[in-house]
Amino acid sequence: MIGRVWVYGDHVNTDLIIPGRYLDDYDPKNLAKHVLEDLDPEFSRKVAYGDIIIAGRNFGCGSSREQAPVALKTAGVSAVVAGSFSRIFYRNAINIGLPVIECKEAADMFKNGDRALINIEKGILINEGSGKSVKFATLPDFLLDIIKSNGLVNYTKKRLAP
Amino acid sequence: MSQMTFAQKVLARAAGKESAEPGEIVNARIDLAMSHENAALVLKAFKEIGAKHVWDRDKIILLFDHRVPANTMKAAEGHKTVRDFVKEEAIPTFYDMREGICHQVLPEKGHARPGMLIVGTDSHTTTYGALGAFSTGIGATEMASVWTTGELWLKVPETFRLGFDGKLPTGTMAKDVILHVIGDLGSDGADYKCVEYVGPTIDAMSIASRMVLCNMAIEMGAKAGICFPDDVTRHYLHGRTDVPFTPVTSDPEASVEKRIDYDVSRLGPQVSCPHTVDNVRPVEDVEGTPIDQAVIGSCTNGRIEDLIAAASILSGRDVADGVRLIIVPASREVYLEAADLGLISCFVRSGAVVLNPGCGPCLGAHQGLLAPGERAISTTNRNFKGRMGSPQAEVYLASPLTVAASAVEGAIADPRRLLP
Repeated sequence: MIGRVWVYGDHVNTDLIIPGRYLDDYDPKNLAKHVLEDLDPEFSRKVAYGDIIIAGRNFGCGSSREQAPVALKTAGVSAVVAGSFSRIFYRNAINIGLPVIECKEAADMFKNGDRALINIEKGILINEGSGKSVKFATLPDFLLDIIKSNGLVNYTKKRLAP
Repeated sequence: MSQMTFAQKVLARAAGKESAEPGEIVNARIDLAMSHENAALVLKAFKEIGAKHVWDRDKIILLFDHRVPANTMKAAEGHKTVRDFVKEEAIPTFYDMREGICHQVLPEKGHARPGMLIVGTDSHTTTYGALGAFSTGIGATEMASVWTTGELWLKVPETFRLGFDGKLPTGTMAKDVILHVIGDLGSDGADYKCVEYVGPTIDAMSIASRMVLCNMAIEMGAKAGICFPDDVTRHYLHGRTDVPFTPVTSDPEASVEKRIDYDVSRLGPQVSCPHTVDNVRPVEDVEGTPIDQAVIGSCTNGRIEDLIAAASILSGRDVADGVRLIIVPASREVYLEAADLGLISCFVRSGAVVLNPGCGPCLGAHQGLLAPGERAISTTNRNFKGRMGSPQAEVYLASPLTVAASAVEGAIADPRRLLP
């Protein structure tokens, strides 16, 4: 995949991604309007389909709210690359079909507006402008399958199908 | 057979294996699956999967606690969707909005027992480690998959063993211990790990205090927190459940990734400062910081020992002018006990507002949000920017003693000065 990047720091928590005050609304489109608003109030207006988020350590720490990756994905985000992820966000992202890539070097390789190329199967991240590239550990096959199925619902459906 | 940790033993057993190694991914059978309001999201995914019925209705527990009574039309619709499903599927254990916070209700009703593997669609599901269960938070979609198959893939975690020695000084509570640890290890310091709390300090703690430690294990990124079952556990569970259980502990020679020892005999009250939980300082460093609101409650600190602690400060004193003190018992059982002990009248006399059992303002959904520029001190578990209302507000986290003392003084206060 390829996309324009938005770079954020460490510990981007789930309340920053989607605040609790909006969680009575189960419509992903409404959640997407508020995505990251307490961190970057302009984000939901400037993000475009296919954009990639690059961040530092512990992305998605905090709540188990699946609305966090859902809001990012619905807003158009095609992948999140971070130095590390909190475990529940990481599982949730895969389960709703949002690719998550753990890569310690990424935050230092990009600035806002750069374009990133990601090969999720081979584990390569490239900054298109600078040409700089880095390898990351690939996901186990069954997790890649879940992402490629666009999430656990479709993956489970396929497995249950006769 | 090689020596195994608690996490290895529970996950191996749940996966039907003799043993399991840290890092290994196992397909585990779930003993208990808990959801609150977000069951509405689980249900949506469950229907999308096309499953006809849940795998085992006796292993699912549903209740409402995040927005009770419903605070918006949308919340009411969400509740109704889940109520209808409970009827359709004849789910026997559904507490609606009347019992309180999930993490208090499951232990109280004897649903969380030693050796179980429990998952919940809430990050503070780690709380049941205080009862000797391996319990962890998961998302809504994977819960739908659990409802369908009863199984979930889990990576067997490495273990951090935290040892505690020393008697807690007067004025210091379990909350101060865990804030100190999180300040020390950092908010991702135990990412993916099973954190074991061991030692004489833990042995002397009540189940309620152990719940504080396990509850906040997630605030350092842990997958699970555990206090090994003992006579205190058995005594707590006596009369709450007739279901037999097998206590599970780590083998003495099992290998752990890290062992850290704390002497808490001189630990004073701790305060977590905005906007991350690991920004922890001794209360002396922030004393005198003015506050607008004080909150005592939540799955972290809304239990009877917390309310008794608060009353020890509030009894015969008034909440400071200009401060709003909100007290939320964690459950109906706690509420009734507090009423029987005269705590509720003590609180109301002091000027506090006592709310119905539930999550209250902890997650910024309702019942006491903060305006821009306001500052609160709270016994809850997160102080993230925007957590309790405006992103321009500030939340400090502390023990029930420290929060009660701060409410009386109108500024962050050292409770040791006000204790008898």
